[in-house]
Amino acid sequence: MFTLDRSDDFQLCRIERIHTPEHAPEWHDWLQELGFIPGEKVMLMARARPGGDPLVVRVGSSTFALRCAEAACIEVTLLDNATGAA
Amino acid sequence: MSACHDSVRRDHAQSAVVHVHRGGPLVALVGNPNCGKTALFNVLTGSRQKVANYAGVTVERKEGRYLTAAGKALRVLDLPGTYSLNPRSPDEQVTVDVLMGRARGEKRPDRVVCVVDATNLRRNLRLVLAVKRLGLPCVVALNMTDLAARRGIHVDVDKLSLELGVPVVKTVAVRKDGATALRTLLDAPAEAWRGDAVHTPAPETDAPAVTVEADHDTVQRILVSLGLDVHAPHTLSDRIDRVVLHPVIGMVLLMVVLFLMFQAVFGWAEAPMGWIESATTWVADGVTAALPNGWMRSLLVDGVIAGAGVVLVFLPQILILFFFILILEESGYLPRAAFMLDRLMGSVGLSGRSFIPLLSSFACAIPGIMAARTIASPRDRLVTIMIAPLMTCSARLPVYALLIGAFIPKRDVAGVFELQGLVLFGLYVAGVISAMGIAWLAKRLTTRGLPRPLMMELPTYHWPTPRNIAIGLWQRASIFLKRVGGIILALTVVMWFLASFPAPPAGATGPAIEYSLAGTLGRGLATIFEPIGFNWQISVALVPGMAAREVAVSALGTVYALSASGDDTAQALTPLIAHSWSLATALSLLTWFVFAPQCLSTLATVKRETGGWKMPLVMAGYLFGLAWLACFIVYHLAVAAGWG
Ligand SMILES: Nc1nc2c(ncn2[C@@H]2O[C@H](COP(=O)(O)OP(=O)(O)OP(=O)(O)O)[C@@H](O)[C@H]2O)c(=O)[nH]1
Ligand SMILES: [Mg+2]
Repeated sequence: MFTLDRSDDFQLCRIERIHTPEHAPEWHDWLQELGFIPGEKVMLMARARPGGDPLVVRVGSSTFALRCAEAACIEVTLLDNATGAA
Repeated sequence: MSACHDSVRRDHAQSAVVHVHRGGPLVALVGNPNCGKTALFNVLTGSRQKVANYAGVTVERKEGRYLTAAGKALRVLDLPGTYSLNPRSPDEQVTVDVLMGRARGEKRPDRVVCVVDATNLRRNLRLVLAVKRLGLPCVVALNMTDLAARRGIHVDVDKLSLELGVPVVKTVAVRKDGATALRTLLDAPAEAWRGDAVHTPAPETDAPAVTVEADHDTVQRILVSLGLDVHAPHTLSDRIDRVVLHPVIGMVLLMVVLFLMFQAVFGWAEAPMGWIESATTWVADGVTAALPNGWMRSLLVDGVIAGAGVVLVFLPQILILFFFILILEESGYLPRAAFMLDRLMGSVGLSGRSFIPLLSSFACAIPGIMAARTIASPRDRLVTIMIAPLMTCSARLPVYALLIGAFIPKRDVAGVFELQGLVLFGLYVAGVISAMGIAWLAKRLTTRGLPRPLMMELPTYHWPTPRNIAIGLWQRASIFLKRVGGIILALTVVMWFLASFPAPPAGATGPAIEYSLAGTLGRGLATIFEPIGFNWQISVALVPGMAAREVAVSALGTVYALSASGDDTAQALTPLIAHSWSLATALSLLTWFVFAPQCLSTLATVKRETGGWKMPLVMAGYLFGLAWLACFIVYHLAVAAGWG
């Protein structure tokens, strides 16, 4: 398990858990309402350079720009890109 | 922080007051951002509200009327998009307040049309479930079915309707006949809209009793039963994004786009501006020939035609600017640009979220300030509001264009650039840089270094349809013409009176205007403005500019037309100022309008959006100080350089 901000580009992952950051407890709900819900598949599509922050993330068929700090609330596991299986 | 948030909440409730019509059931359009609510609203009511391809276009409630085929009159409410009933920003709050029956000056809707983006059912349907729980009769408008079909998503509406327990109809909001099925439903009695709960009182609390996860499971189950449980990402959008979001190519592209925009404003506008100019001269000559010399002729020629004419000339440039803005808005590029610039904006304590409100301010600061409602962080929202007037609004374009035309020679730089376009670009950049400076200062004074939320949707790209662009341009043109024919003309006439009366005493030698009210006022103001190089004519022209900035130009037109001895008419304002002002004065005046601290309607909007007089006063004060100081520096540097 690792957090989404550490994923490789174009790596399919599955969301396991959403953390509640101490400095911004509302982020947990906000992320879920956008569709970052345990069980959903996500993929990192791009990173802003230089700095690598923010990120472009695909969840379901929507795309969102997330800050690294936001993506760090999303805990994921690797899936196989070809089969979509764990 | 919390006080600030409270004021924001209290305030948008006030600001959103919509005129209350007596009769007619109220139908609200509710849905995720960017699912096509406003497009649908426009199709139903024949309105022309702003539609664009990014989340957060609509930030206040708008009302329209719709007469069903059976002759039933309905009031239709367009609302800001929201991801949930748990609002994260002031615009989402507007929608939730309406649904809960808490909006000031508006009753709770009698029915709700849940607008759903068919290409993104997974996210959109969750909101439908939440709205359904509110107990209001509702139907689902499955929108963007044209795009869904193209991507191989075919939804069985009958089955979906059965699963959801509410009627579902397909719509294509961008087609004239795209809402036929919905129109039929609007004629049906409320009972057909799952009418068992018509009179359910508004729930006491908006805390969702059912979790997002539970709703997600329900949606998942529905999608599986419809055979839609596969993701169909828009691969073309992904391919475009590989270029647009590329760290190097994307950045270069952004610069090229912005730069082209400013070059085009000067490059393409020349011919049409020439036509308008000749037309005004022709009219002025005709009137001069037709009327006997007297005050009536002076009012028409020196006041109305000289004043309105010099502003009218800038219509082509304004339309070119909006042509670019409309294409950027419709294509879905804007949130990408915000993404690219997030880091840069972070360095001055803002986020990419402020980008679209600030970009909108290039049209006019008022919609920009309104758009700041989409910013979740109250601090960022306030800073964005405060720096929005530093983005050069289109009303300043005539002033810039007049001065650049008069003082900057037309020539090529390095073979590819046009000097006048470069200077214009420089002025816009000057505004942006000072805005960043102010934001940076605010960061030094207030920020606590916590990461601020971004969470910004990047929509799939759409082709801008020529029809939408044409409608957008037509709207801009009519807004501009209404301004010219309304406030600008009125102020110009007032200006003519002030500049013509009282008439000079017998035996006076100078031009009559020097004895008039305007002359006296101008000489008084000149004591403040002389140190920054403004003569009395400029000083007096700045006053009506507070109500509409373009009037600064038309007022100069009137003042100089009346100052002129003999019969040379006012169409020649450009050469006139070119030979009577020094370059230092012109540069100083250009600088003044970079900060242009005196737009009354902007200040009124700031008061409304921040809920008090404090912020507008701070804004007016700091902009005035900044403008004066910057002009002082520019003027004296220019004089020292020998341009005095
Ligand atoms: N092809 C197609 N495009 C649509 C349809 N409905 C809306 N659009 C486009 O989708 C984009 C968003 O439409 P809007 O009406 O502004 O969406 P909205 O729901 O009001 O958005 P917010 O006000 O931001 O919540 C625009 O570019 C529209 O032209 C549709 O049925 N088909
Ligand atoms: Mg809208």
